[in-house]
Amino acid sequence: MARTAVSGRLAWREARLADFRDETPTARTLVFDLPGWPGHLAGQHVDVRLTAADGYRAQRSYSLATPADGDRVEITVQRVPDGEVSEHLTGPYAVGDSVEIRGPIGGWFVWRPAAPEPVLLVAGGSGIVPLMAMIRARRAAGVRTPFKLIYSMRTPAEQYYAAELRTPVAGLDVTYVYTRELPEGRTGIPRRVNVATLNTAAWPAEFGATSFVCGPTGFVETVADILVALGHDPHRVRTERFGPSRD
Amino acid sequence: MGVVTPGFRGRARSGNPRLPPGQYLAEDFPVLSAGPTPRVRTETWQFDVTTEAGEKHSWSWAELMALPSEKFTVDIHCVTQWSKLDTRWRGVAIDTLIGGLDTAADYVMARSYGGYTTNLPLADLLEGQAWIAYEYGGKPLTPEHGGPARLLVPHLYLWKSAKWVRGLELKTRDEPGFWETAGYHDYGDPWREQRYQGD
Repeated sequence: MARTAVSGRLAWREARLADFRDETPTARTLVFDLPGWPGHLAGQHVDVRLTAADGYRAQRSYSLATPADGDRVEITVQRVPDGEVSEHLTGPYAVGDSVEIRGPIGGWFVWRPAAPEPVLLVAGGSGIVPLMAMIRARRAAGVRTPFKLIYSMRTPAEQYYAAELRTPVAGLDVTYVYTRELPEGRTGIPRRVNVATLNTAAWPAEFGATSFVCGPTGFVETVADILVALGHDPHRVRTERFGPSRD
Repeated sequence: MGVVTPGFRGRARSGNPRLPPGQYLAEDFPVLSAGPTPRVRTETWQFDVTTEAGEKHSWSWAELMALPSEKFTVDIHCVTQWSKLDTRWRGVAIDTLIGGLDTAADYVMARSYGGYTTNLPLADLLEGQAWIAYEYGGKPLTPEHGGPARLLVPHLYLWKSAKWVRGLELKTRDEPGFWETAGYHDYGDPWREQRYQGD
């Protein structure tokens, strides 16, 4: 039956934590062993489901942080105050523990290495995660597609993937924006991403770049509006928003 | 029961009978959309209903405002797992717009400013189940939530409630819309947890 084939693609699979890395004091990258994973595109997400001993279940969506790599998948979880799922995954959840994962989900906010046009990535806070998957997919595919990343965060201590992004990569320009506190030694004042930021650090509209914008709703609204005002084709501005919800 | 995550307890069981499976209560009103928010001016806004025979009926903003409206309070459920209870809206019932049309269509494709589409059975839009909504919480609907007007079909997952709606196309055959093409469910009943194709 066709239904079996389709539902098989999004079946819940048991995953076990293989490894983890703390990105910041409140964000943790989780590396799962996920036997039978069909692979995914950079930018897609998964649903993660936790089941308590009494059968209570909670599930949340998380962006994948790395391109497809066999049975290994990675997500980065930001701990949210009072977040029943994120507090467990960034705290007591230990190597060897099980969760269930299904996916991949989402076929719009994705970057394919065969796409020739330049790419602009604009991240607000933990919105960096699916964009990092695109940067890593570019490297894994060995393509030279020109990339620009604009990464906005409140303070330098909140940066994810700091060491990896510090290593220069040919064809990837990175611009950091700090909204509350600057790194030591950097002059200026904290500010939000604005027209000047995007006019300076984004591709000119006539380059026909594809832009991926991910972050909190207000951030994404602002950035997407500015890109359109600067002449970018709205159909080439792809967005992924997360609301100020608990997980 | 299947796979248990050791040590996971979760928050207090709400047992709220108004919360569909897999959903949690959101106090705020998160936003889900795929691209920039279209800015649609009511001066040029137009809403079309096209039948399967190609017959087109159009309303300007002033004409929509002149139609009988309803105030309604409903629970809404987003596929990204949040639900919001007792949301207050005002809008024009779909029955008012298409109730009198001569049609044999069973399906509808909703089309939006900005290019978004979503497919629904026509029966799910009738008998007081769906509206073109233009006020939320007593105020004009803001652009990020789909203003000036959006489709609202609260008994289905919220991606079916097309923001910035500009028309309904009545069809004899079901065809997938934007998210449905990307693997989301053709119907999207939150009580049956129909999130993705095959659910």
